[in-house]
Amino acid sequence: MKQFTSNPFYKFILFPIGQMAVFVLGASLALSVLIILLAYIFRSSITANFDLVERTLLILPQVLINGITIGFVYATIALGYTMVYGVLEFINFSHSEIFMVGGIVGVELMAYFDHTGALETMNQYVVIALAVLLAMIISGTLAVTIERVAYKPLRNAPRLVPLISAIGMSFFLQDAVRLILSLTTGEFNVILPNFGTFDEFLVLAVPGIEAPLRFQIKSMLLIGVAVVMLVGLNFLVNGTKIGKAIRAVAQDRPSASLMGINVNLIISITFLVGGALGGAAGVLFALKVTRLDPFVGFFPGLKAFTAAVLGGIGNLTGALLGGLVLGLLESFGASYLSIFTNGAFGAEYKDILAFAVLILVLILRPSGLLGQTVAQKA
Amino acid sequence: MKRLYTLLSVLVLASMALAACGGAPTEAPATEAPATEAPATEAPATEMPATEAPAGDLGTIKIATQSPLSGGQSLLGVAIKQGAELALEQLGGDLTAMGYDVQLAPYDDQATPDVGVANAKNIVADSEILCGVGHLNSGVMIPSSEEYHTAGLAFVSPANTNPVVTTRGYLEVNRVVGRDDVQAPAAEEYAFTTLGAKTVYVIHDKTAYGQGVAEFFRTAAEEDGIEVVAFEGTEETSNFDAIVTPLVAANPDVVFFAGIYNQAGVFFKQAREGGYEGTFLGTDGMDSSDLAELAGDALTAGGGMAYTTVAGPVSAYPAAATFAADYEAKFGAAPEAYAAQAYDSMGVCLTAIKNAAEAAGGTPTRTQVAEAIRALTYEGLTSTIAFDEIGDLPTAKYFIIKVNATSADTWNTNEIIDSFDLPSPGK
Repeated sequence: MKQFTSNPFYKFILFPIGQMAVFVLGASLALSVLIILLAYIFRSSITANFDLVERTLLILPQVLINGITIGFVYATIALGYTMVYGVLEFINFSHSEIFMVGGIVGVELMAYFDHTGALETMNQYVVIALAVLLAMIISGTLAVTIERVAYKPLRNAPRLVPLISAIGMSFFLQDAVRLILSLTTGEFNVILPNFGTFDEFLVLAVPGIEAPLRFQIKSMLLIGVAVVMLVGLNFLVNGTKIGKAIRAVAQDRPSASLMGINVNLIISITFLVGGALGGAAGVLFALKVTRLDPFVGFFPGLKAFTAAVLGGIGNLTGALLGGLVLGLLESFGASYLSIFTNGAFGAEYKDILAFAVLILVLILRPSGLLGQTVAQKA
Repeated sequence: MKRLYTLLSVLVLASMALAACGGAPTEAPATEAPATEAPATEAPATEMPATEAPAGDLGTIKIATQSPLSGGQSLLGVAIKQGAELALEQLGGDLTAMGYDVQLAPYDDQATPDVGVANAKNIVADSEILCGVGHLNSGVMIPSSEEYHTAGLAFVSPANTNPVVTTRGYLEVNRVVGRDDVQAPAAEEYAFTTLGAKTVYVIHDKTAYGQGVAEFFRTAAEEDGIEVVAFEGTEETSNFDAIVTPLVAANPDVVFFAGIYNQAGVFFKQAREGGYEGTFLGTDGMDSSDLAELAGDALTAGGGMAYTTVAGPVSAYPAAATFAADYEAKFGAAPEAYAAQAYDSMGVCLTAIKNAAEAAGGTPTRTQVAEAIRALTYEGLTSTIAFDEIGDLPTAKYFIIKVNATSADTWNTNEIIDSFDLPSPGK
């Protein structure tokens, strides 16, 4: 065990990937077992013209894939909330707009390639890589700028004040983007151009299962990119000097400052990294949903914030777990509510189910799934 | 500490300015109009010379429009405003000759009931406004028209199809299009007889319009013995996984989407990606070239897509050919659905004001205008308009249209499968 933890390859690559795999499999398995049990229990009491267990099993793989995909999006955004909370102890509500800006920048870049005709000749993965990169740069810079303009002057103000500033920033960004879009393209909707093979499916025929498993390429790409970014973040925070400084500032800002850490720089870096992750998540989200608008960040942002709280705000691993759990809960709720209630409660109630579970978790563990109870800082 | 106060006050001022831009109804039209379409600002300038001579002698008459000029449904909302604007320019001459300065007062309701009602309060407070054209969304029209009713201000709707708009029996509320309790059963009839559907999945957008249409459709489907496998409402606009998965598992013959194109387009695309092969069906909310922009190939793949509408393509109205050419010359784009209806609504307003002014021998009151609207027979582009006692057309035209377009440019290749005149069900 000792040589495992000291070897950087194991520590920074295998361990976080293993951790993610455990979270994904654990949450998926727990929910799957639960839903199958419920299906057997309610099998006879539901009078539909299909078999409940059969239907449950038929859509289960797709429900899991959807949940994991959206879970990784939530997790990637949630990291931005949780990192900022870690160092500054306030909720950066403008993060959902940083996510939106990243997505729109990425899609506009692809639309530009489409316009110039370069899209057809370029490798599709290169296009995505460029879009993600540009979105990360723009969103990261934007996040740092917002911190400088809207939060830094308020750093010693009561904690509610920067929170209000963040909400104001969020509205400002929504309308600023809307204004820029209407002045430049005149369009409200930002539509992903059609290219590449992302919409296609990888079909896995598993012996013994009637319906083949269908993995959409873009879902797998989304998960892949998210995993790479999360591993990178884990390395940055736990394996580098900057990460050490970030953790030091999070623990005790005045002492970190006394130890010679440039607190302002570290806070900027935190925003840069959180913003860049948010921007990348925006592009991945756009790839999945194919349409964005200036207000599209609100709900994913709110869900990601919830995921951060569910996992234990301020805790990076917690944000990952919270995102996955929330994504899966939502996917299960949405897909099965209507089947189990025979149409009485439709997919529209998915958030109620997800948030009911959230409230239960927070009643039992007020600090979140992986959060530790920290004494209130002065 | 002093610095902090300065910063705080700057912040407060900034957020106030922000709030003014975001929601305040009076600001919205003024700031938005130049941003969304450049021609709008030029229009009054080119119009002025013709109206200048006697203008203003007897005062100003304003006609309001209310429709979403910004946001996801702005394509249709702007079309309504522009159709009305063109009508004012072309048909306003009579009133100008009488000595009135006739102006358009466009308002942006953002497809949101709250904003619509707030705008409505502003509209009724402006005593120069004698008539109005709007809205796009029934869910916005119904609460806003309570304000119009209280103030006695007549509105002519170019697009609202929910029965409640007129069944309240208000003198002030009229519409130049058909109704959902006729339209949705027509869609169901198409699904049942032409498509031979046995199972249908109903999805609506939780608005007065969408849910209303969905319920009329469900009732009709159940009467015909079509199995309604699900009846879902959703406000989701981006990620439809949650609906697509059970939908594909249930694999219905027809998916009926009762809502507006900006939501439906994304949903259709994701449903096809998820593996659904059946037919999509919708109502007049689908009638926008943006639908093809959003959904692309998903509209023609599998069982394709069709919709019923109360506002057929402009080519379906013989009288509207000149209108289509003028509209394209003025605004640089082919008229979207409801532009011709907005033109007619404005025509009704102008004619009624003129009739009322002649009868009153001076500037008419709002009530006189509202009564004049009910009394007139107006030869419009889309039909001969005369309202019954609740403000409906006695018979309205309905279309069933099959979508052949996969991009916005080819939207006019959509094919009219059937069109029929049906009587209004009344109160």
